[in-house]
Amino acid sequence: MGIPLQSSYIRAMGLVMMFFASFFLIQYLHVSDAFSSDDIPDYFVPPPPFSEGIYPCSDCHADLEVNETRRELDFHEDIVLKHAEEQRWCLDCHNPADRDKLRLANGQLISFETSYHLCGQCHGTIFRDWKAGVHGKRTGYWNGKKQYRLCVHCHNPHSPRYKPIEPLPPPIRPDELKYTKSEDDKIPRNPLTSNYKAERKDVKEKH
Amino acid sequence: MSKKNINHICDKPLRRRTLLKGAAFGLTSLALPFGNADASVWESFFQKHFHQMNKDELQKVIARLENEYKEDYGKDFNIKSTKPIDGVKFGYGLDLSRCIGCRRCVYACVEENNQSRDPQIHWISVLEFEKGHRWVNVFEEATKYYNPHTVPEEGYFYMPVQCQQCENPPCVKVCPTKATWKERDGITVVDYNWCIGCRYCMAACPYGARRFNWAKPQIAREEINTETHYLGNRPRYKGVVEKCTFCIQRTREEPGTYPACVEICPVGARKFGNLLDPESEIRYSIEHKRVFRLKEDLNTSPKFYYFFAT
Ligand code: HEC
Ligand code: HEC
Ligand code: HEC
Repeated sequence: MGIPLQSSYIRAMGLVMMFFASFFLIQYLHVSDAFSSDDIPDYFVPPPPFSEGIYPCSDCHADLEVNETRRELDFHEDIVLKHAEEQRWCLDCHNPADRDKLRLANGQLISFETSYHLCGQCHGTIFRDWKAGVHGKRTGYWNGKKQYRLCVHCHNPHSPRYKPIEPLPPPIRPDELKYTKSEDDKIPRNPLTSNYKAERKDVKEKH
Repeated sequence: MSKKNINHICDKPLRRRTLLKGAAFGLTSLALPFGNADASVWESFFQKHFHQMNKDELQKVIARLENEYKEDYGKDFNIKSTKPIDGVKFGYGLDLSRCIGCRRCVYACVEENNQSRDPQIHWISVLEFEKGHRWVNVFEEATKYYNPHTVPEEGYFYMPVQCQQCENPPCVKVCPTKATWKERDGITVVDYNWCIGCRYCMAACPYGARRFNWAKPQIAREEINTETHYLGNRPRYKGVVEKCTFCIQRTREEPGTYPACVEICPVGARKFGNLLDPESEIRYSIEHKRVFRLKEDLNTSPKFYYFFAT
């Protein structure tokens, strides 16, 4: 080592300091690495919401020429680009060479399972909130393992505005409330058609 | 609640709402040998206050209730009496900039918590306000009966209201039988076997969050949730008051699932967690968003925080 060693004491101190220095360096690299797996969960339910039969993309695209010009496509007609579309075209996010990957602004390739990195490039605050479980939604255990939703589970990436949905029925007004003692099969059923119990079972089985 | 208070009540012979019924019944049945059903009525009549029961007594009560429910509903119930978790105080967040008024929460709550389907009882009311509305504290200026084809409706915003789990709950103060109280983890609960149905608590609640069973609750057998908590979603009786308990039967576990309304919310507007844990999403919301609570001027100090994330 290039450090002049005056005594074993100083040598020991030096080693300790180097140890800490490298520790902090690692810590620093760790934090500054946008892809540290630490603060980003690695489990999602359900998987990316592909249209049926569309993935892997390379099934078709391995044999297709890459065409970078902005144009009406003869394929993927169901996709309407309404997301800062003036400034943007498909291949800004989709990787031209390997269509099974997405591409970040810095050229880094990511998988569809981690598309939130792509969104996070432009929607930084929301990405931060999402990681904390505040934008979007986490399920699972409030004091244990949690499942996230990808941004694209709620937002169609090509036209991301949240789509309106049908509300469940309003409550019965007090003046219309009438009580009838009923047989079991006549009692009004809960209008909820959710499978949230099944979903919950899912969580339990996964962890 | 102070011990002294409870003792004070319990020293008196007045025990619960069936006093009169029970007394009349007691006179006639004294002369007769007890049947099984009579014993059950007798035991429920003399049931001690929740805080005065020891473990064995509580277990006995729970066994009796499980029996009664089985007879009534033809199903096996599991009634837990799980205690608060140390170091936990529950808090709730609701992001009004996300809520679209779809009412999934209302009915997930009904399903999870065994509310009566007829007469209809909902613990959550989703209020629709016109955008630009001055102040959401005046519920009368909103409607909960909106019913368009799709939500959100242009020009409106939505504010779900349920029990605000006050730190300083006025409903608890007015209860003449101490049938409702605030637990250590901050959840205000009701003992349906001690509630006499006077509805003082409903009058005292500034948020209109409590509901009364005008008739015996009816739930289709296939929809009954048999996983229950004594202080939560076990079936109620005619003439008792009920309310949101942050899904005590789900959340008071290690690990515990989120309340049903949080789990179902399609837009992720609902946040839940431990206020004492700096890492929780509820603490994150409070620290990073501009939160407010309903009717703060009343000093009820709700643990239910509304915010606009954007
Ligand atoms: C069934 C075959 C097929 C599959 C599967 C498919 N594509 Fe394509 N895709 C095409 C064709 C054909 C075109 C060219 C259409 C045109 O030029 O009008 C195209 C065009 C594109 C373009 C426009 C840019 C370019 O290279 O012409 C993008 C971006 C794209 N596809 C992405 C994807 C992605 C991402 C997937 C997988 C999720 C996928 N595609 C799956 C057939 C396919
Ligand atoms: C290259 C930058 C960029 C990336 C990457 C990006 N966005 Fe956007 N996004 C924008 C801009 C700019 C707007 C506002 C203009 C608009 O709505 O067209 C926007 C708007 C939105 C909106 C609001 C739409 C509305 O109409 O209210 C949503 C939601 C959204 N983005 C979601 C996403 C998701 C999800 C992803 C990842 C799949 C993503 N964005 C990736 C730039 C980006
Ligand atoms: C659980 C569903 C859900 C998830 C997951 C989700 N969002 Fe959103 N997001 C919403 C809703 C709902 C809105 C409000 C839409 C509206 O007002 O119409 C919204 C709004 C937005 C907006 C518009 C700006 C704003 O603040 O209103 C952007 C941008 C956005 N989301 C980006 C993202 C990104 C990026 C991710 C992933 C990191 C993501 N969202 C994940 C539901 C979700």
